[in-house]
Amino acid sequence: MANEILTGAQAIVRSLELLGIEHIFGLPGGAILPTYDPLMDSTKIRHILVRHEQGAGHAAEGYASASGRLGVCIATSGPGATNLVTAIADAHMDSVPLLAITGQVNSQAIGTDAFQEADIVGITMPITKHSFLVTKAADIPEVLAAAVLIATTGRPGPVLVDITKDAQNGKAEFVWPPKVDLPGYKPVTKPHGKQIQAAAQMIADSKKPVLYVGGGVIRAGAHKELARLAKIIGAPVVTTLMARGAFPDSDPQNLGMPGMHGTVPAVTALQKADLLITLGARFDDRVTGDVKSFAPTAKVIHVDIDPAEIGKIRFADVPIVGDAKEVISELNEELTNLLKGAMPDIADWWVFVNGLKERYPLGYSDPEDGKLSPQHVIQRIGELSGPEAIFAAGVGQHQMWSAQFIKYERPNAWLNSGGAGTMGYSVPAAMGAKVAQPDRLVWSIDGDGCFQMTNQELATCAINNIPIKVAIINNSSLGMVRQWQTLFYNQRYSNTDLHTGTDTIMIPDFVKLAEAYGCLGIRVEKEEEIDAAIKLAIETNDRPVVIDFIVGRDAMVWPMVAAGMANDAVQYARDAAPVWDGEE
Amino acid sequence: MSKHVLSLLVEDKPGLLTRVAGLFARRGFNIESLAVGTSEIEGLSRITVVVTVEGAPLEQVTKQLNKLINVIKVVELEPDQAVQRDHMLIKVRTDAATRSQVLEAVTLFRARVIDVVSDALIIEITGDTAKCTAFIKVLEPYGIKELVQSGVLAMGRGSKSITEKVLK
Repeated sequence: MANEILTGAQAIVRSLELLGIEHIFGLPGGAILPTYDPLMDSTKIRHILVRHEQGAGHAAEGYASASGRLGVCIATSGPGATNLVTAIADAHMDSVPLLAITGQVNSQAIGTDAFQEADIVGITMPITKHSFLVTKAADIPEVLAAAVLIATTGRPGPVLVDITKDAQNGKAEFVWPPKVDLPGYKPVTKPHGKQIQAAAQMIADSKKPVLYVGGGVIRAGAHKELARLAKIIGAPVVTTLMARGAFPDSDPQNLGMPGMHGTVPAVTALQKADLLITLGARFDDRVTGDVKSFAPTAKVIHVDIDPAEIGKIRFADVPIVGDAKEVISELNEELTNLLKGAMPDIADWWVFVNGLKERYPLGYSDPEDGKLSPQHVIQRIGELSGPEAIFAAGVGQHQMWSAQFIKYERPNAWLNSGGAGTMGYSVPAAMGAKVAQPDRLVWSIDGDGCFQMTNQELATCAINNIPIKVAIINNSSLGMVRQWQTLFYNQRYSNTDLHTGTDTIMIPDFVKLAEAYGCLGIRVEKEEEIDAAIKLAIETNDRPVVIDFIVGRDAMVWPMVAAGMANDAVQYARDAAPVWDGEE
Repeated sequence: MSKHVLSLLVEDKPGLLTRVAGLFARRGFNIESLAVGTSEIEGLSRITVVVTVEGAPLEQVTKQLNKLINVIKVVELEPDQAVQRDHMLIKVRTDAATRSQVLEAVTLFRARVIDVVSDALIIEITGDTAKCTAFIKVLEPYGIKELVQSGVLAMGRGSKSITEKVLK
């Protein structure tokens, strides 16, 4: 049977359908118009019209991070494409499987500074896993199939496909499945047997092991294997910002988050360990602090699907390249055989670690200005919503408190911009998450600064029946920057006052803004109103909800390791350093 | 600081050179020379890069290069396991008095004269970096008016080929 002749635009829609894409976030424009025409007729793909392309990008990220599936966004050429850049960079830093499709001017016009022309392939080269420029209709199926393969396999990441208008308008035979030929792309997923043996032996010999768990465990869906490994060896577990939920917080082995705002037990356990079992983590500077003094006595087993992460920051005594799920599962088998049911004797280590847990639990004091405690608000949101909910944070203090004070019991419940630190991530990411997981309760926990960067997507949510809940932790400032000004710049608050608090000019009024967007707006100023507002938000599903929590602006995130300092210098609270043990 | 010669087998795709050069720039790796050209197989190109490595170990350079989708293979060519050649064109000032001395140097270094005018010669020389550098030293007193050179080209010794295992 002869193949069908399709336009490039039709081929784009057909290919995406055949690749299993069900949702696309985007906004049309001149150079992508041909594709929007057949897209209108697709019964398999739901397109969600955003209000700004950055929203489309973060929504696709939230969609991917909440579900583990590929997120797809689409934009026109020039400014449409450049508006995606932040989200693409964000996905690159956090290994989010993302497909960004952009229209491009006619191939004949490329390089002439044509209207809405931008070299988006060139612009995004450093922030994509790969990118393609398509100038012929016939190439579309193959390129899209290759793009999806690259984005979703190996270390996931963003792939950009830039398609010229003439390629969309041109006609070609539609051949499916296309032949995908990527001779330079062969991700290693299966670990080397000898390395597994070496790792198992090192674990068996260790007296002070710590499982240092990163976002790779979540991306690989390896949480079950991790749970088993943790039980086999009985070691303490730390879950990085990207890995919150990879291991249940309710498990006493979980010490919480390490790093700049990590718990004292997590930070200290890494510092005092004799072995780091590093799983899908990358020794980010926010985890290590000063690298030279990080975990000075520890040997390192480093498991990562990306060989370039191994040895990049810290030497690995046992490097293992592979998919976390496969590696951990083989390691479990090896350890079971090696240990024969006996756990490594790390009782003394637990005495030390448990001492830290008792002496230095996470905590906070109520603000002195009588306003709400941000930590308490966030904690209540977590407690009243439960572990099946999804929480998408913006970036800053509220993000750290959400990582600290919400208890995560499952992977993909915690979404945030970890590597890039993108303010404005939360609202669109929550929107994408709700589209991917419509039956789950989805919170955007946002700051008053972040919220003002992307809140236009409330319109998208209201119109498309995507009832997310937004909790604005409103301290009327760029809170994390303000915290640094408090600590390191003599309380000189240069340009961090946002005037959104109740005792200010209050621009904008977030409740009125919510109402203008067709959402339920609630303001909470008193502690006794917190629970009722959260419950009302949870029960309201005919429209999105925005709660404006007016919180104290002087609340700070603790513990803290100042930037560039050794993790040994962790401060439990302001001017309060923990004491490791009796002698020190 | 150490110098290494890397040989890359790459897919001949648009923007490939930008991807490689951009990677070096943004990761802070230093390129000393770069030579690009087609290989014996259609659609595949060879890039020879000489990198000087300071902080970041060479391993990180090769791993990052390997992550580029269009890069098929990266090998380091050790000096004793490979041949390396520079290619230079040198325009040197000559007159009736000096021309014969310059021509003598050309013979000694097994270089070639490829253009002659009354007051200058263009000389072509190939060889390893040390030989070419020595030749330039000899010519300098006469006055070098112009010099162009290719990046280092390098190939592993013996009968094996970088493309062999790749294309199965």
